Amino acid sequence: MNRSITLGHFIPGRSLLHRLDPRFKLLALLNILITFFLLETHLGMAVLLLLLLLLVYIVRVPFGYLLRGLRPIFYIALFTLVIHIFYEKGGVVLLRLGPVTVESAGISEGLFVVARLFGLVLATLLVTLTSTPLSLAQGLEYFIKPFQLIRLPVAEVTMIMTIALRFIPTVMEESQRLMRAQIARGADFESGSLFRKAHNLTPLIVPLFVSAFRRADELALAMEARGFCIGARRTRLHERKATLCDWAALFFSAALLAGIMVKGL
Amino acid sequence: MDMPGALLYKQNIGDRRYRKQEVQAYCFPAIRGGVCPVSSEQDLFIRAERLRYRYTLENGVVEALSGIDLEIGRGEYVAVIGPNGSGKTTLLKHFNALLKPSAGTVIVSGLSTADEENFPAIRRQCGMIFQNPDNQLVATTVEEDIAFGLENLALPSRVIRDRVCEVMRALNLSGLEQHPPHLLSGGEKQRVAIAGVLAMRPQCLLMDEPTAMLDPAGQREVLEAARKLNSDQGINLIHVTHFPEEAALAGRVLVMDQGQVVRDGPPVEVLTDISLLHRLGLQSTVSAELAFLLRQGGMLLPAEILHDWELSEALCAFALKI
Repeated sequence: MNRSITLGHFIPGRSLLHRLDPRFKLLALLNILITFFLLETHLGMAVLLLLLLLLVYIVRVPFGYLLRGLRPIFYIALFTLVIHIFYEKGGVVLLRLGPVTVESAGISEGLFVVARLFGLVLATLLVTLTSTPLSLAQGLEYFIKPFQLIRLPVAEVTMIMTIALRFIPTVMEESQRLMRAQIARGADFESGSLFRKAHNLTPLIVPLFVSAFRRADELALAMEARGFCIGARRTRLHERKATLCDWAALFFSAALLAGIMVKGL
Repeated sequence: MDMPGALLYKQNIGDRRYRKQEVQAYCFPAIRGGVCPVSSEQDLFIRAERLRYRYTLENGVVEALSGIDLEIGRGEYVAVIGPNGSGKTTLLKHFNALLKPSAGTVIVSGLSTADEENFPAIRRQCGMIFQNPDNQLVATTVEEDIAFGLENLALPSRVIRDRVCEVMRALNLSGLEQHPPHLLSGGEKQRVAIAGVLAMRPQCLLMDEPTAMLDPAGQREVLEAARKLNSDQGINLIHVTHFPEEAALAGRVLVMDQGQVVRDGPPVEVLTDISLLHRLGLQSTVSAELAFLLRQGGMLLPAEILHDWELSEALCAFALKI
């Protein structure tokens, strides 16, 4: 079977970032993201980007992974850069093409915005690369817990996320199996127009849904048999305890944010 | 055989909840067939009285169980066989309070399954293993899945960790703690499912064809793990199966047909009743079937042949006689 199905971008490892509590990681990420938005000078941007690159080095993420994660924003970045170059005015005129001019402020402002864009994605990637989807889900649960007061079923939402994460590989395996079964009977998923292709997927989608519903039914029964009860109090196998490292990371990111705000970098 | 209904009535006399049902049972003692190995009321674990279960379909009401009387003692290893649709799984689900009787009563360890308040206690004592190993694992790692039932019991996490560790050792799963379930073999998945149930320290393991979707190695793995629990820890096994070889290992075999228990006794009696099994479209073990054919062909073989070694011994004895 296909054993290469991976979820999210997670890379297993034992680095400092891997070991941080997901709750603290998310908070620190928030601090860093805000910092990126508050930055005003090129110097500050350079310092922050260098810090992130240092983290990349510590985590030892394969470079290919990073590029793959950054690829989606490449065109957005290019587009932003072009817009800024032609519309931002000020400084020395570098190029004149009839009525259109390219001025130095445009280039510097454009590069600044692009650097910010890459910084935001890089920081987020560092978190998703070093935490399993499940631990992120559990981290998020902690933050939405207060909403229990307004009767939001927080524990149930987390359970749904957990089960979804558990079954994505199983259902993907099944879809591949179904696909092979249909191909063996002469189904064609490759040729034809886009519409034709979508239409040809019907014999795949229908049985997949049918089996997903059956699975859901059986799983519900199995969960009930093991004493699961909606709304009942549950405990956790791993109660997360914040370590010194966690607090340090949070403190450092907060200090960065405060420093930028005070100094006006 | 004495009247267990009357005894249980005396025993539970202080407990109002069962009084009415037990009085009824006392006044109209059920007619029971086959053996009833429960010797004393202390040893009684599960008791079904005139149990009926109906459900409604578009074309009318279907009766899946029609009047089952059954007593299962503590520590018993019971196999349930029967043709498709005979109500085996339905019966099993009653022992775990997944289904409520339409009529009659099921009492598990002194608790009625009709009372919703008893559900947690009953499910804690009777764990269930399902046929499809994929559809009963909830969590994304093995250890989290084993902990699932304990988390539902809201035990402190230190206790959960200890128990998870303990059952993983008992079922030879150590080292797979962080494994995602979809990367396990079928036998491993079923053992994880058993571990998840076992961590709750149940008295009884209800197994609904747990080996049907496994390869032979996985089947052996799961069956051996379950039998070890029965012999070492005295945990009840109630094993619904399609494989006569598996049923032959139990201490008692129930044959079900059309919602009723038609035969109940030790495997050497039930599984050698070849004519009954064939009438229901079932098979006995390969050795029993072969011995049956040989007897029909005129060989004088004893009727109690069930396992391979018994057949080979009988054949050797027969050969020596000639």
